[in-house]
Amino acid sequence: MSVGKLADGLPVSRPAVSQHLKVLLDAGLVSVRQEGTRRLYQVDPRGVEAMRDYLDRFWDRALAALKRAAETEHGA
Amino acid sequence: MTTMAATVQPVRKQVTINAPRAHVFNVFVDGYDRWWPREHHIGKAPPTKFIIEPRQGGRWYTTHEDGSETNTGYVLAWDPPKRLVLAWQLRADWSFDPELVTEVEITFTEREPGVTVVDLEHRDLEKFGAAADELRKGIDGEGGWGMILGRFAEEAARQ
Repeated sequence: MSVGKLADGLPVSRPAVSQHLKVLLDAGLVSVRQEGTRRLYQVDPRGVEAMRDYLDRFWDRALAALKRAAETEHGA
Repeated sequence: MTTMAATVQPVRKQVTINAPRAHVFNVFVDGYDRWWPREHHIGKAPPTKFIIEPRQGGRWYTTHEDGSETNTGYVLAWDPPKRLVLAWQLRADWSFDPELVTEVEITFTEREPGVTVVDLEHRDLEKFGAAADELRKGIDGEGGWGMILGRFAEEAARQ
C-alpha cells in the first residue's frame, strides 16, 4: 500500500504518515519496496526472525567476552 | 485475541572457559560490568555501570552519565553457582516493556576441575512478535491503518 493511499481520506498529512512508517520500518515491523515513483509498504513477518538473528550474533559476542574476562581474571 | 506466530527457535550457545565454575559464575554476575559489551545499552547518555543484582528478582539494569537508569530485565531464577535465569524485557525496537518476558537461561557445569562449560538459551522469542501482532491487528484489522494514523490526526490537529 502506498503512502498516498494510506493517507488518502484521512485527516492526516502525508509527511506524518511517512514519519510513522519510518518508525515501523526501523523496528523491522514493515518492509518497503519501490515501484516506479511509489514506495509500497507491507507488514513484515520477518521482524521476529530479524531479532532472533541479532540475538544469535549478540550472544556469541557476549559469551566470548565472558570467557576472556573469566580466564584473564583467573590467570588462565 | 492476538495469535502468536508458530514458535520461533530459541537461540542456544555454549562456551568452554578455563576457570572454575564458582569463579565463572561470580564473573558473570558480580563482574558483569567488566565483561558486558559496553556499546550494548539503550540509554541516551553513555553507560557508567552495568548491573545484575545478585538475588532472585534482582534488577538487571544500566546506569548512565546523565544520572538516568535503563532497564534490561530482572533475575527470574537464582541458583549459584550452577544456574541463572534472566528475564530479557527489551522489545525488537529496543524499548523496555515491563509486560514482556523472554527467558535467558544460563547453566554452569564443571566438566573437569578448572574447566567450566557455560550453556545459554534465550527462548520465548515469538513474544517479540506479539507487539508486532498488536500493531498488525491495528493495521490489517478493524479500522485498518486508520486506527493508528487516527492518532496522528489528533496530534496534527493539536499543532
